[in-house]
Amino acid sequence: MTLTDTLHTSFKTVMSYRIRSLLIVLAMALGVGAVVVLTALGDGARNYIINQFSSIGTNLLVVLPGRAETSGSFLGAVLGQTPRDLTLKDAQLLGRLPQVRRYAPLNVGAAELSAANRLREVTVLGSTADLIPIRHMQLAQGNFLAQGGEHNAQIALGAKIAQEFFPRSQAIGQRVRLGDSRFLVSGVLSSQGETMGFNTDEIVIIPIDYAQAMFNTTSLFRILIEAKSHSDIEPAKQAILASLRQSHDGEDDTTVITQDAILETFDRILQTLTLAVAGIAAISLIVAGILVMNVMLVAVTQRTAEIGLLKAIGATSGDIRRLFLAEALWLSLVGAVLGFLLGQLGSLLVRIAYPQLPAWAPVWASIAAIAVALFTGMLASMLPASKAARLDAVVALSKK
Amino acid sequence: MGDQAVYALNNINLQITSGEYVSIMGPSGSGKSTLLNIIGLLDKPDSGRYELDEKLVTDLSETEQAQIRREKIGFVFQSFHLVPRLTAAENIELPLLLGGVSPEQRQRRVNDALNAFELKQRANHRPAELSGGQRQRVAIARATVMQPSVILADEPTGNLDHQIGAEVMLLLENLHHQGTTLIVVTHDRELGGRAHRQIGMRDGKILTDQFHDTH
Repeated sequence: MTLTDTLHTSFKTVMSYRIRSLLIVLAMALGVGAVVVLTALGDGARNYIINQFSSIGTNLLVVLPGRAETSGSFLGAVLGQTPRDLTLKDAQLLGRLPQVRRYAPLNVGAAELSAANRLREVTVLGSTADLIPIRHMQLAQGNFLAQGGEHNAQIALGAKIAQEFFPRSQAIGQRVRLGDSRFLVSGVLSSQGETMGFNTDEIVIIPIDYAQAMFNTTSLFRILIEAKSHSDIEPAKQAILASLRQSHDGEDDTTVITQDAILETFDRILQTLTLAVAGIAAISLIVAGILVMNVMLVAVTQRTAEIGLLKAIGATSGDIRRLFLAEALWLSLVGAVLGFLLGQLGSLLVRIAYPQLPAWAPVWASIAAIAVALFTGMLASMLPASKAARLDAVVALSKK
Repeated sequence: MGDQAVYALNNINLQITSGEYVSIMGPSGSGKSTLLNIIGLLDKPDSGRYELDEKLVTDLSETEQAQIRREKIGFVFQSFHLVPRLTAAENIELPLLLGGVSPEQRQRRVNDALNAFELKQRANHRPAELSGGQRQRVAIARATVMQPSVILADEPTGNLDHQIGAEVMLLLENLHHQGTTLIVVTHDRELGGRAHRQIGMRDGKILTDQFHDTH
């Protein structure tokens, strides 16, 4: 029997048992679809988080006080102790390193903002003009802390703050009160929305000197540093640590987190998570495989007389085995393709429901799901096919 | 019960010449179907030799035996053994499929068979939609579509009424007239009596082997 005839004959057989075939195909399709959708979700979440991290800066290093034994992790930074504060002097020292393109000292606090008969509590960032490009923020209006203006009482408002306080008039040039000090609005940030849980639309930025005075501190919360290039990140990290060690009397009491290290950690965690959910979904493929085996075993029993007849009219055991394997192949193949399409449809629905989540199933997951479905289907049909092939023709013919 | 071996066939010595019309008769359990199965290479004797076309076939591999069944032997069964989900034409096509015959050839030979057995109008009907006589005609068409040299018929009229049974026997005898060796197993004396050579069996042994000129 030729391969084409085997495939054609088995396809007709599959089509003639419509309900039975439909159920197996559905089981396979659900398994493959689950793998595709879940990996799309996992990979989407991974890409979403990576995009969020990437959007906060390029070649970014964050220097924070305290020594954590682990690197590249916020947890270490949170648990780290602060034997010595970071100061503006430290920041200026780091700004002079050859690997550093620009730097921005940072202080964070909260204060009451009042203007135009309105009052509200806002998050205050104290920094320099370089914070804007380092953190990939943009000014919609104005020219915040332009060259030479670092020591003026200027303030940049987040998009939402500017809209709230000055809904009908130009915010630039207006005077506002922040805490006990008065500031001149010199810039309005473009709306960026929330990034990593931090909403830049609802902050204000003032010069670092004013922030330190307002919060009565000489220390810094962070120093943000942008390396000159991607290849400069690691040398910059080493140079920063060496430089701070020297200025802190030989103490290793600061931590440098690189954006790359955070990204790598998240990438690793989320990739593992994606694999784990794919693995869980793949269990349903094994269940589908068992269903294939069960149905094929029943089919062999039901079609015993037919198998006997085929042997009587000249089919070899190999012909019988191939016919049953081809049936399983069709069921698995149609199930896998349908499952792939269902999975793509599911991913599309997720993307429509959550546009910010790039839920695209990775190619490897789709290929793996289809391959596992075919492999499971074929493997599961081996036993029934062998059973059919081994049937004694005379005994089989005697069955009704 | 006990350890005495029971033989379905015992000490059988039989030679059938090409083109003969042979009936094998005997009561149930006489071994006639077992003999037919051995002749048709569906069963293997525990001992002894079987030659077909002067070639020893008992020691051939399963694949080689399948090829001989496909090319040289046609089976007709009492219960027709048609595949219920296939149409009459598709049932007739089965041996051609197994033989790897090209689709065009298959189409031509199936059409010839449908015409020869007056089944053209029923070509696309499934067995459940056919009468007993039509089913057996489909089975005979299937058995002859590979143009075998031997037709083995096991109680071919057993499930048919007398008139239809007679028609089916005429079809089979027609094949014999065209040169095919026809071996019919039956317990019906009248049916068996139509053959030129009648073999009587009992308890796995050949009791009688008589030649009759029926014409």
